[in-house]
Amino acid sequence: MPAPAPPSAPPGLAANLARHAGIYAAFWRNSLVREMGFKINFLLWIVVELLWFALQLSFMAVIYSHTERIGTWTQWQVVLLVGTNHLLQQLCTALFMTNCVKLSENVRSGGLDFMLLMPVNARFVISLRHVDFGAFVNAGSALAVMGYAAMKLGVHPSLAQMVSFALLLAVGLSVHYSIMYLLACISFWTVRAQGIIWGYYNLFQLARLPDEAFRGVFRAVFSFVIPVLLVTNVPVKLVLEKLGSPLESLWLVAMATAMFWASELFWRWSLRHYSSASS
Amino acid sequence: MGKYAHVINIGIQSTLVYRVNFVVRALFGLIPLFSLILLWRAIYEGASGPQVGGYTLGEVITYYLMVNVVVALTSVTEDDWQIAADIRDGRISQFLLKPIDYLRYRLCLFAAGRLVYTAAALIPTALFLWTQREHLQLPPSPTHAAAFGVALVLTALLQFFISYTMALLAFWVLEVATFIFILFAFEYAAGGHLFPLDMLPPAIQQALQFTPFPYMLYFPVQVYLGRATPAEIGQGLVVQALWVAVVYLLARAVWARGVKHYSAVGG
Repeated sequence: MPAPAPPSAPPGLAANLARHAGIYAAFWRNSLVREMGFKINFLLWIVVELLWFALQLSFMAVIYSHTERIGTWTQWQVVLLVGTNHLLQQLCTALFMTNCVKLSENVRSGGLDFMLLMPVNARFVISLRHVDFGAFVNAGSALAVMGYAAMKLGVHPSLAQMVSFALLLAVGLSVHYSIMYLLACISFWTVRAQGIIWGYYNLFQLARLPDEAFRGVFRAVFSFVIPVLLVTNVPVKLVLEKLGSPLESLWLVAMATAMFWASELFWRWSLRHYSSASS
Repeated sequence: MGKYAHVINIGIQSTLVYRVNFVVRALFGLIPLFSLILLWRAIYEGASGPQVGGYTLGEVITYYLMVNVVVALTSVTEDDWQIAADIRDGRISQFLLKPIDYLRYRLCLFAAGRLVYTAAALIPTALFLWTQREHLQLPPSPTHAAAFGVALVLTALLQFFISYTMALLAFWVLEVATFIFILFAFEYAAGGHLFPLDMLPPAIQQALQFTPFPYMLYFPVQVYLGRATPAEIGQGLVVQALWVAVVYLLARAVWARGVKHYSAVGG
């Protein structure tokens, strides 16, 4: 058996990407096998998430049965916003949520040792190892609601708008991921960081409300410090042509970059605090 | 009765360990509440009259504030998970052997947990209520305040017995979390957590009157706001007490059947 020779020189970018893609494919396979072990539970969780999505929509339905608009937002515009936020939230759950919650368990149990010893970037493994497939099903329900809202609004976005929308959603996803990872790193100091990550769900609720409802300090904090208000609002406003200026999209991109670097710095700093659990 | 006083004491001691957790939770919980209040303000600014859905701005804000106060005082947070884990891991065996009643034991721990949580959440909540003081309303009369207190105790009992019964499902199924979340979703909407129930279409309101959900949150808040007449309050308290009795008997019955089914895994 010829063992793969350890690379003497750092591999090229393409080879490196191919290697990580291969590892990521293995993560997906493992997660799928694990999920299929609990089929009924898998289906029930989908039902739970569907119920909560329906609740958010019914809340808006009740509000709009008593009012015409919130700021300048009409009912179907808000439905598009709620749907888009649900899509982001489900994608975040699918790809990152479980991993961030698991980090605090691994810090407590010392299981993190094994991940640090793997010959691959530790943050890559920690952030992406578990995939929650049920969340993809729920992301589908969000897409359906978004499509219906767009139809009701008579919006026909151009190809350029669709592409920018998708790109901005990806940027927004990275904002949620960075904040979540940053919060997960708090587990290096306190053992109960899981509660903090679940607490982040409260901020998700904020992201589905029209930004016009907020002003003053509250709006400033959640646009410039913890930019959750931008994440869903900016892409939706782009499609609805409600953006005050194109600078809003640029600002989202800038904040996403800043949040990612902040989480990376905090992660490296936190790691220095790590003193395994078993030894 | 002495042994249950000890249980309360132990419950207080062990929950105090997590006081920081409680404060953090209370603080995080304030963000959605605050955002909801801002959202309603924006709605009232665009409204044609002082009322939306039969509520003034002050009433709606007080409604949401009191919803959060009632939830903090009465909702079950960890108890149902712990009960389910006790059953699943076989730890319940020791209670079957000791002269202690598991339901009473759990009720004491629940009361202790709520006491500590209330104490820990008191300062952040009081500060928050103070920032909203221009809108916060008080009960219209001492009678309403007293009725609110009674309704609060009944709400806590109803919440506890329902959660307890749901957790007992662990005798039959391995994973009760999904069932608890499904029930919680219904309670969230039908209990009035998201919006005042009288903003719903009348037909749905009528249907909800036949479920326990409005008595798990909406009813005490309505009493506090003075939106219920004395006759409605009296009737509501009786119905609430009946629901408590029904769910209590259900909890006892499910326990009796569950214990027969119990196989003491790992015990």
